[in-house]
Amino acid sequence: MSNFFNKSDLTRQDADKIVSETLKNCDDGELYLEESKSESILLDDNKIKSSNYSSDLGFGFRAISNEVIAYSYSNEISKESLNNSSENLKSTLKSIKGTYNHEIPKSNKKFYEDINPIEQKTLDSKLEVLNKVNNFLRNKDGSVKQVTASFAGEQKSIEIIRSGGEVLTDVRPLIRFNVSVMLEKNGRKETGVYGIGGRKSYDDYLKNDNWKNVCEEAFRIASVNLESKPAPAGEMKVVLGPGWPAILIHEAIGHGLEGDFNRKKTSAFHNLMGQKVASEGVTIVDDGTIDNRRGSLTIDDEGTPTERTVLIENGILKNFMQDRHNARLMKTRSTGSGRRENYRHIVLPRMRNTMMLSGNQTQDEMIKSVDKGIFAVSFGGGQVDITSGKFVFNCTEAYEINNGKIGSPIKGATLIGDGPSILKEVSMVGNDMMLDPGIGTCGKAGQGVPVGVAQPSILIDKMTVGGTKL
Amino acid sequence: MVKDQEFLKSKASYCLDLAKKMGATDASVKVGHSISETVNFRNKLLEASDRSDGLGLNIETYLGKRRSSISSSNLLDENIKTLIEKCFETTKITPEDEFNSLPNKNLLAKQISNLNLYDETRFENEKKIKYLKDLEESASSNNQIINTESSFTENKSNFILANSDGFCEGYKTSSFTASCVTVAKDEGSMERDYEFSSKRHLSDIKEATDLGNKAATQTIRKLKPNKIGSEKISIIFDKRISKGMLNVFASAISASAVARGTSFLKDKIDQQVFTKSINIIDKPDIIKGMGSQNFDSEGVNSNTLQLIENGILKNYLVDTYNGKKLNLQSNGRSGGTTNLYFENGNISYEDLIKKNSRILYITETIGHGSNLVTGDYSVGATGFLVEDGEFKYPVNEITIAGNFKDMFKNIILANDLEFEYSVNSPTMMIEGMTVAGK
Repeated sequence: MSNFFNKSDLTRQDADKIVSETLKNCDDGELYLEESKSESILLDDNKIKSSNYSSDLGFGFRAISNEVIAYSYSNEISKESLNNSSENLKSTLKSIKGTYNHEIPKSNKKFYEDINPIEQKTLDSKLEVLNKVNNFLRNKDGSVKQVTASFAGEQKSIEIIRSGGEVLTDVRPLIRFNVSVMLEKNGRKETGVYGIGGRKSYDDYLKNDNWKNVCEEAFRIASVNLESKPAPAGEMKVVLGPGWPAILIHEAIGHGLEGDFNRKKTSAFHNLMGQKVASEGVTIVDDGTIDNRRGSLTIDDEGTPTERTVLIENGILKNFMQDRHNARLMKTRSTGSGRRENYRHIVLPRMRNTMMLSGNQTQDEMIKSVDKGIFAVSFGGGQVDITSGKFVFNCTEAYEINNGKIGSPIKGATLIGDGPSILKEVSMVGNDMMLDPGIGTCGKAGQGVPVGVAQPSILIDKMTVGGTKL
Repeated sequence: MVKDQEFLKSKASYCLDLAKKMGATDASVKVGHSISETVNFRNKLLEASDRSDGLGLNIETYLGKRRSSISSSNLLDENIKTLIEKCFETTKITPEDEFNSLPNKNLLAKQISNLNLYDETRFENEKKIKYLKDLEESASSNNQIINTESSFTENKSNFILANSDGFCEGYKTSSFTASCVTVAKDEGSMERDYEFSSKRHLSDIKEATDLGNKAATQTIRKLKPNKIGSEKISIIFDKRISKGMLNVFASAISASAVARGTSFLKDKIDQQVFTKSINIIDKPDIIKGMGSQNFDSEGVNSNTLQLIENGILKNYLVDTYNGKKLNLQSNGRSGGTTNLYFENGNISYEDLIKKNSRILYITETIGHGSNLVTGDYSVGATGFLVEDGEFKYPVNEITIAGNFKDMFKNIILANDLEFEYSVNSPTMMIEGMTVAGK
């Protein structure tokens, strides 16, 4: 646990006093202190290309009255700096009065250990794994022309001081291991990427030579793509595989159910609460409480314990995801979804692990039911226009389906759909729900935060596939 | 106030001295300070104010051909000392890489010219508020606009880049950015669009009312969109999208992508990659330019580069490390391009949109559908159907797809280039792309 006050002229008592005094006429706010240590080690082109260590320390001071948020941050924790921030907040909010809400729920549950993954494995042994990956892939097949492998590890300690002196803390470990391989055959080049990670130590993910499985998967994806044909263009049936393809849910539905867009009525979902937005059998939750998952949090960045929030239950829209600010203005409670990239940024309502729960059909049944369509197994990134509801994502592994049978692999294509209507096109929900391997980062308003997704196989009756073959 | 050069220089030399004392054979350091203040408005009311004040430090230490780096925001001497120790310890066990080195001394920038990149004008928050009030007043004057969000950011930065070969330079820059996002609604549809203006000098920022009006007009005209069928069609990329082609091109000719063999433009120097009429230039010394610089992120002097001449690829973007791999000298592009642009074509905008009887005019794309290894391109898009030079109706929920290798050879540019951003393009037409819709 970091001690934010031992190397500063600012004492905890001073900080308490400044916080309480600054926030006395505000509706909400807090002092957020953060210390992060992170590393990234990259092997590329047969060499250790970079090894970077970074440490960051700072505070963000927030005051909220009515609809106005005043925010000030600095990477200097000192009396002078905190006082400057305090003056800055007070001058913004001088004419707006509020009543501070001291209530914040409590929980003793923790979803990960207080570890520092960077120090739990020596640099030498990390370099050794990266070199093994490089040799393994390059010896595996003559078509391997480029290998990139990386470790990223982080420990983030936060402390939240609220008006009245209440203190909330959390220590968050996070790691990621990634492999990318490029193959070249008959003049064609294709890449395959795979990664794993979460909130445990590197060795928890790498035991039993698990790095080999990551290599094999990246190699497999690249090999499939070497045989790929141009993708079809137009509307057709789409079967999505389980796990990571749930970024469809994240883009199509998730962002549109974040509290801020609905309070501002700029989300295509803002007037659909309690209505049917998905086919029967479709249930979607956003869960911050799964042990050691990339998107899990013991408390969110406002200090609220996270929870499992039901967003859509059997097709009906049940809840939005809320931080304290939007919850207060919408007269509801925070769902523990208030997150920020780091102390430089304001809190926004964000997703954690977004999951569509299993139904009772099989992937086989889905494929057999399709005359002409595609089967999408893995994706790159996605994006959504919250207001029009249109969203896209890019296939990185997909196949044609002809007459109920999986055919040739197809080139990476963008799929586009309409958020509020896409889940009504879901006609089968599989019994094979799977979590993603722990690789997602979600971007919103310039802030990236780690997230997870999960889903079973699903059949979508109509989606536009952005290929080149008419 | 941003920290002055003296303060940053003293931190930089403290780092270099310490690294040397510990046994580093070479070292480089960048120290920067940045202050920015943002005011946000929504529906004509103050929504948020945000002040940030951040110092940052980046150090690379070398032991012969071994290298590693650290970064930190904590500039207390004691912390710097701990970090440099850690960095140097890491360097010792990092494997050697024959291409690791500081840049060639002879290439380092010797003269720092004044490109007028800093405007010390202070635009108080009260003035930002007044600007945003005017902006939102004009943005919301049409009652189809149901939500307006706007912001004004003022940024002042200063930095010093120094290395153990005696380089030690830096300068102040400023930027002022106003932006507006509007949402329009009618019975059947809700749409969003935006407009922004970003400049080095306050006096060059667009008028608040013009900005607001433009955002609103662009949003309202997107209402009642249709989806079109799947077909091959000529596509016009509005200026705000066409410059994206330059970003793809720049990534594909970066020495790093070329050296790794992961670019569809590898080994294409002196070959035709664009149609003959195309010229692409990267010019670092534009006065007040948003991408202007005196030297690159390694201190190497940067001159104007003709990247494409009459459609032929003339230069990659070369930094020291990847240059050594490719046997090329750095051309001062560590950190990428500066002010990158297509030269004007020779057809007017008006004639371009009449060139074919049926054209899809794209104003926005979404998704990350550019594959730099294969050149394949597929993204979601919104825009308008244009028939005989007339905008008929808005179009959405479609994708456009092709391959850059073909697309680059089928580009026609209008003659309406303006220097607004760090990457600029005239309006662009590409023939023969595939649209996927209904």
